[in-house]
Amino acid sequence: MATTRSIPLLKRLIARSQPSRSVTYMHRPGAGSPRPDGSPRQVTLIPGDGIGPLATNAVEQVMEAMHAPVYFEKFEVHGNMKKFPEEVLDSIRRNKVCIKGGLATPMGGGVSSLNVFLRKELDLYASLVNCFNMKGLPTRHDNVDIVVIRENTEGEYAGLEHEVVPGVVESLKVITKFCSERIASYAFEYAYLNNRKKVTAVHKANIMKLADGLFLEACREVAQKYPDIQYNEIIVDNCCMQLVSRPEQFDVMVTPNLYGNLVANTAAGICGGTGVMPGGNVGAEHAVFEQGASAGNVGKDSMVKKKTANPVALLLSSAMMLRHLQFPSFADRLENAVQRVILDGKVRTKDLGGSNTTQEVVDAVIHALAR
Amino acid sequence: MTKFCSERIAKYAFEYAYLNNRKTVTAVHKANIMKLADGLFLESCRQVATKYPSIKYNEIIVDNCCMQLVSKPEQFNVMVTPNLYGNLVANTAAGIAGGTGVMPGGNVGADHAVFEQGASAGNVGNEKLLEQKKANPVALLLSSAMMLRHLQFPSFADRLETAVKRVISDGKYMTKDLGGASTTQEVVDAVIATLH
Repeated sequence: MATTRSIPLLKRLIARSQPSRSVTYMHRPGAGSPRPDGSPRQVTLIPGDGIGPLATNAVEQVMEAMHAPVYFEKFEVHGNMKKFPEEVLDSIRRNKVCIKGGLATPMGGGVSSLNVFLRKELDLYASLVNCFNMKGLPTRHDNVDIVVIRENTEGEYAGLEHEVVPGVVESLKVITKFCSERIASYAFEYAYLNNRKKVTAVHKANIMKLADGLFLEACREVAQKYPDIQYNEIIVDNCCMQLVSRPEQFDVMVTPNLYGNLVANTAAGICGGTGVMPGGNVGAEHAVFEQGASAGNVGKDSMVKKKTANPVALLLSSAMMLRHLQFPSFADRLENAVQRVILDGKVRTKDLGGSNTTQEVVDAVIHALAR
Repeated sequence: MTKFCSERIAKYAFEYAYLNNRKTVTAVHKANIMKLADGLFLESCRQVATKYPSIKYNEIIVDNCCMQLVSKPEQFNVMVTPNLYGNLVANTAAGIAGGTGVMPGGNVGADHAVFEQGASAGNVGNEKLLEQKKANPVALLLSSAMMLRHLQFPSFADRLETAVKRVISDGKYMTKDLGGASTTQEVVDAVIATLH
């Protein structure tokens, strides 16, 4: 059920195919601002851990070069902090938009993931990953353009587990009608607003009849309200296989939490890797943009030392953020510049087959902006 | 998730790797989120790994695993996983290597073994395949070769596998999922002809 507030929110997440509108040139943010409340747009920036700071630094540089009317409010948060700093949460609640690098999650032990905490706290119920072929980046499959919309708050990753007796652990998977309905509504509304033709629900209801059955029911109910959009369902193991053999058949995919994690990462891998796919987490009130697929979002130590992390994913996510903030022309300029750099193929980081550093890619993008 | 079951699957994986001259065993998990459940699984794997010092052991988070599978699958050798991840990883890996119509597999217990088509997706097929009799028999034929080895008839198993592999590499008789247009019976006849 899209409220009147979430429609503009959803509109701003439209992918690159919007024609750019001409805007009155504004010298600096805040000068003669057309914004209703008169203030420049402020966005919370969290550099994060590992390669996060490299990537967010890239975003800062590019925004500066474009004279984009956004101010960043930077906060240091690290994955090994006991809890998420209250001031950062306040900042996000105030600014409503955040862009961040990955936060490292320690394995085992008692500290839970701060990435997950942030999503739960702000109720960012939809995770969006847009996986598409980029020109100039050869992959095994062509014509791929998949948007994976993944339920972000419940399911297997709710972290509800306990040790019954030593040696036996019970893990609870919780699926609610409320959450399933809202993610299904988000997926169909996204498809509708972005002219997408098909929504596919990914499930394992033949085994988990009640849990995934509930999810499917919610999807079917919502599907009826959108007669123009094709709706189909696919069992998750078949889905994985189809993704690696014929990914062009998929358009928008709506999934519960765990399957979405795996499907999004598989789809990202097919289209060039997690270093290039943009994404974000969206709730009813807030939006946090970060690198699309979650694997390796903190990167390896060698990447941090040699400064060879790929900034493309976060740059494209910041373009999504610009659209969200109602700056479509800046978003278009940024995306065109990034796509031109990828198409040229001369400056690329290691995961795309090149050997350049992050800074070199950023310089190439800034240079392409000027063209 | 119990220590008992995690231990026995880890033992099976390492023993399989040892007996089949496999070099690496990779445990697939999501212990950064499901700390207790997958943490227990990982602990069991690590304990068993210490008993096999000649086999390399490493761990990979399941979402990174999916991405590596589609970009660099050659890095993986034996993978040991819990139930759900295994379902998805097996089907993804089968898709990469040619589809569920060709990958052999089986279910093994302490006392019994049931061999069937490897990856579970589409193992009943769709009605069209049934009507036109175009199902791909290769998966079950290769599974029956595994069964022959299990029953200690390695020479028969070798003959069967060689025949099937030759039919595939000839490329003349292939069912629709492999890009051809033959029926099941034609593929079977080709395999039998190659056996002689």
